[in-house]
Amino acid sequence: MQSVIRTHLESVSSHSCYATELSFINSSTRRRSPPEWIMKTFCSVWLLLSLVELRPALPVSQETPLACRGPADPALQQPETPEEMDTTGDLEPTHYPARRAATVALHYLNTRHGSPYRVFGLQQVHKASAEDVAAGGRKYSLDFSVTTSPSGSAGPALRCSAEVLFPRTERHTPPDVQLNCEALQQLNSTAEDEAFYQKYITPDSAVSAQYLPDSYGNMSEDMQPFWRLARVAASFIMLRESSENTEFNMAQVASITQQESSEKQLMLDYVVLLHDLPSQEIIQWKLLASWSPDSGVRVLQMEWQPRCPHATKPPN
Amino acid sequence: MKGSVMSVLVVLALVAQDRVACGLEDKSYDYTKYHTMDEISAWMSQMERENPDVASSMIYGRTYENRNITLLKIGFTSATPKKAVWMDCGIHAREWIAPAFCQHFVKEILGSYQTDPKVNMLFKNLDFYITPVLNMDGYIYSWKDNTTRLWRKSRSPGTGNCTCFGTDLNRNFYANWGMVGISRNCCSEIYNGPTPLSETEAQAVTDFLGAHQNQLLCYLTIHSYGQLILVPYGHPNISAPNYNELMEVGLAAANAIKAVHGKSYKVGTSPDVLYANSGSSRDFARLIGIPYSFTFELRDEGDYGFLLPEDQIQPTCEEAYQGAMSIINYIHDKNFRGSAITVTATLWTTLVASWISSANVF
Repeated sequence: MQSVIRTHLESVSSHSCYATELSFINSSTRRRSPPEWIMKTFCSVWLLLSLVELRPALPVSQETPLACRGPADPALQQPETPEEMDTTGDLEPTHYPARRAATVALHYLNTRHGSPYRVFGLQQVHKASAEDVAAGGRKYSLDFSVTTSPSGSAGPALRCSAEVLFPRTERHTPPDVQLNCEALQQLNSTAEDEAFYQKYITPDSAVSAQYLPDSYGNMSEDMQPFWRLARVAASFIMLRESSENTEFNMAQVASITQQESSEKQLMLDYVVLLHDLPSQEIIQWKLLASWSPDSGVRVLQMEWQPRCPHATKPPN
Repeated sequence: MKGSVMSVLVVLALVAQDRVACGLEDKSYDYTKYHTMDEISAWMSQMERENPDVASSMIYGRTYENRNITLLKIGFTSATPKKAVWMDCGIHAREWIAPAFCQHFVKEILGSYQTDPKVNMLFKNLDFYITPVLNMDGYIYSWKDNTTRLWRKSRSPGTGNCTCFGTDLNRNFYANWGMVGISRNCCSEIYNGPTPLSETEAQAVTDFLGAHQNQLLCYLTIHSYGQLILVPYGHPNISAPNYNELMEVGLAAANAIKAVHGKSYKVGTSPDVLYANSGSSRDFARLIGIPYSFTFELRDEGDYGFLLPEDQIQPTCEEAYQGAMSIINYIHDKNFRGSAITVTATLWTTLVASWISSANVF
């Protein structure tokens, strides 16, 4: 009975791309990492030491909450136990290491080619592998498909390949991305982008809104391109802040205020809320973005806005 | 004359009650909108009133803010204890699609047990224990205003010198508590609490599962987002003894989901497809011996995240329903001999059907 199920799952799986899951079942190897107790002891010691370090001269009652410390603070971005070291080589496409690297590639793609009528999303990772690099860091090679929204799954999926390098440095360094997608130039949302541009570049245009989408996930059709622009602008930040231990999405636009257009660019002040999956944190950023169909999206200013219980001064 | 008037009135009363019992009243409850805690509580009472022979409510604990944690027990009554399925929604406040799914699930089974022989058999052999909103305090808080919408944790105050509120209920269970995927900083969204089961909500679930551990065959906990079906355990170096079977059942469920609206759900342990974690309710359920324990992470994959648009509630619930039923039917058929033949037939049919549909999609 079980082998029957397996055979059938296999035939189903190859169509629905779960073939690798099957081999996972069949191989029945659970990766045995180096003696676990060594890692545990190391982690406990490291944890104790870091706790000691995190107690500065401030009296305990004034210790700033987690959310008021810098985004580069490892305690904010990652859970306090270090992630298991992945084996290098081929990666399971449905597992998180490949997905996180692909998400970084997506952020990069959006910074380069995103617009009010074109935001890229990850459809599926087909193949992935990783290797440690000599300079210190890990490089992921990815083969994946992306969708564009609007039109989403109805539109064509683009096939992309990318190399994402996560440096291993003491202070956080943004990942480096090399990316290639087929038929990128043939995407034609330009008519809608152009119309949107013409509508809002007029001198008296002063769009402003709060909470997109609202608590119910709803937003007016008028505001959707502004929401997509925010996703593109937020991609600059998400790209910069990404590591192997983060996975960012934009959770919500807290506010948007159109500023006076400058040099034929739409100027938009955004406050965006980013969600990081591993830590489950919501991180607030204020940014000033410019856009025109010719120049694409640029982020001119960005500022992390800690959500502190008291009016604590952010670091730096 | 009086007798005939009385009998007419009696007949009318019975017809009226029958109409109510058919759920005519609940056609006015909008399952395609998000509901406040008050609305959900009223709806639960209504489900109980309208379906007295199959539905009853049970209070099994208190939240930090002293609210009654309530579940609906659904199934045919029995003199002897029955095997059971547990489902909870809304451990994390901001995951509004989860309570919406629990309500949809209840509506579906109550609306079909009289006409669908398969559901009827489930009602006969199993009890469903369904908690539409577990973290009531957090859920209510997330409705407070725009700034609280993305709240996740409980609403217990911090202990000691902590100025922040809340513990992540899904890190607070007595299951490898504190080992991985948590933060000891009380302001963190994954703060696992000062001690295991420091949270009354987690304690309530623990007590109930413990008291019913010989009856419970299945533990389902509903979350968002990510489109995932997670199997135990959250620790990368610990495997459930029935991992292979859990994966097969999970993959079949993902196929059932995909057949509805084409959405892909990934299946695996949390450390494989999401992140390592400890102290989860799913892990606790498996550890005390409930053989089939799954976490559902519903739509979407990050576009809207927690703020899933209301026009996606219906399709999300439809696909998740098929996924949950796939698991429940498998477990039922495996445990109830009379339906042994239908196990093979159903599994074959499902597999062939989803192969055909996925072949078309491809």
